[in-house]
Amino acid sequence: MNMDLKKDLDAPHSMGTTIIGVTYNGGVVLGADSRTSTGVYVANRASDKITQLTDNVYVCRSGSAADSQIVSDYVRYFLHQHTIQQGQPATVKVAANLVRLLSYNNKDILQTGMIVGGWDKYEGGKIYGIPLGGTIIEQPFSIGGSGSSYLYGFFDQAWKEGMTKDEAEQLVVKAVSLAIARDGASGGVVRTVIINSEGVTRNFYPGDKLPLWHEELEPQNSLLDILNASSPEPMNIQ
Amino acid sequence: MSSIGTGYDLSVTTFSPDGRVFQIEYAAKAVDNSGTVIGIKCKDGVVMGVEKLVASKMMLSGSNRRIHSVHRHSGMAVAGLAADGRQIVARAKSEATNYESVYGEAIPVKELADRVGSYVHLCTLYWWLRPFGCGVILGGYDREGPQLYMVEPSGVSYRYFGAAIGKGRQAAKTEIEKLKLSELTCRQGVVEVAKIIYGIHDEAKDKDFELEMSWVCDESNRQHKKVPEELLEEAKAAAKAALEEMDAD
Repeated sequence: MNMDLKKDLDAPHSMGTTIIGVTYNGGVVLGADSRTSTGVYVANRASDKITQLTDNVYVCRSGSAADSQIVSDYVRYFLHQHTIQQGQPATVKVAANLVRLLSYNNKDILQTGMIVGGWDKYEGGKIYGIPLGGTIIEQPFSIGGSGSSYLYGFFDQAWKEGMTKDEAEQLVVKAVSLAIARDGASGGVVRTVIINSEGVTRNFYPGDKLPLWHEELEPQNSLLDILNASSPEPMNIQ
Repeated sequence: MSSIGTGYDLSVTTFSPDGRVFQIEYAAKAVDNSGTVIGIKCKDGVVMGVEKLVASKMMLSGSNRRIHSVHRHSGMAVAGLAADGRQIVARAKSEATNYESVYGEAIPVKELADRVGSYVHLCTLYWWLRPFGCGVILGGYDREGPQLYMVEPSGVSYRYFGAAIGKGRQAAKTEIEKLKLSELTCRQGVVEVAKIIYGIHDEAKDKDFELEMSWVCDESNRQHKKVPEELLEEAKAAAKAALEEMDAD
């Protein structure tokens, strides 16, 4: 029993995850859940899987938390130097290409799938999917992580070209919440990042505010409510 | 402005008392003695032309290429020692492909010019390397539009509207300054460049010459290419006619 616990708690942190990137008329919307798990233990229920690479380019991380963090750190460093050399912000394509080079050249060691999304003045809003192995594919929308399996059919039906910013964000939030409902490795809150010519906006949707699907239950009364009483009262033990 | 630098000119790692590195200046002289090379930036692209002095009547016309494509969107015209020029072009090509494989997009012309300049400068820092005896005019067309750069043997690289190196550079620069470059299209620019090169060619001192021209513009689909045959012939004819007019005076 002890050995099993140890194996679980010392297991590498993996982000079960659902990550999404969607282009809309004027920019992109990136979305993710917030669950980081080690085996079945939720190591972090409020993680931020959408990481900044430059002022105008962000990346959604999935797979091994350590691997995706180190890749993001390297790419942020290279992009910073590139920006200084060029004298202007890096394009989304360049950022995505750097991520892909690291993923591809270290494919034996790394285990991380990423979605790079951002806005630049030449191409506007762009999304690049970089799954395990290091392919790079530019797409109007991209989904990744364990929870994405449940979203392929949903997007086939719900995706349309030329959405507005609000339509795109609502689509992303709905999709992540659907994945959270079905995928045990995804959960917590939904975070979104909207990037366009005007800048970057971060949004947060708490878990209990997300829509419920099919047979999910409403939250029940919780014993924790007693502990939240105005003055601390000793519990009555008979 | 030329002076001998007795004692201070034996090594590229020696400064003279008045702060000059004579070896680099001597390298520039190698460029000054070569056939003229000019480049102009028109409103829709860049045109480059070379006055290729023919060394021997036995040489096949069209050989001894002086203008090279470095990447799809840019090319280089070389003046000075030909073998040195080949090395610089090879390095530029390599920098361009390397940049593309790392960053996933074509190298910006500014970046290419910087890298070529750095490479040329590198060879002025060590006593066991001699400076390049050639100057390079680099023309390219990227997202920022058409651009023209010139790299000198010292490693300095500046951006220009119009540039000239080689024997007839003074005369060429005077002619270029007369042009209204912002209103010229590349089609017109090709004719002007031909006229200038024919005009500054010194019949007495040098024998025959061959005109080589290239452009990168909207018409060439932003690719660096040799100027098309018929346009080149048209330009040569116009240049010869302009010469006759001048002689007729």
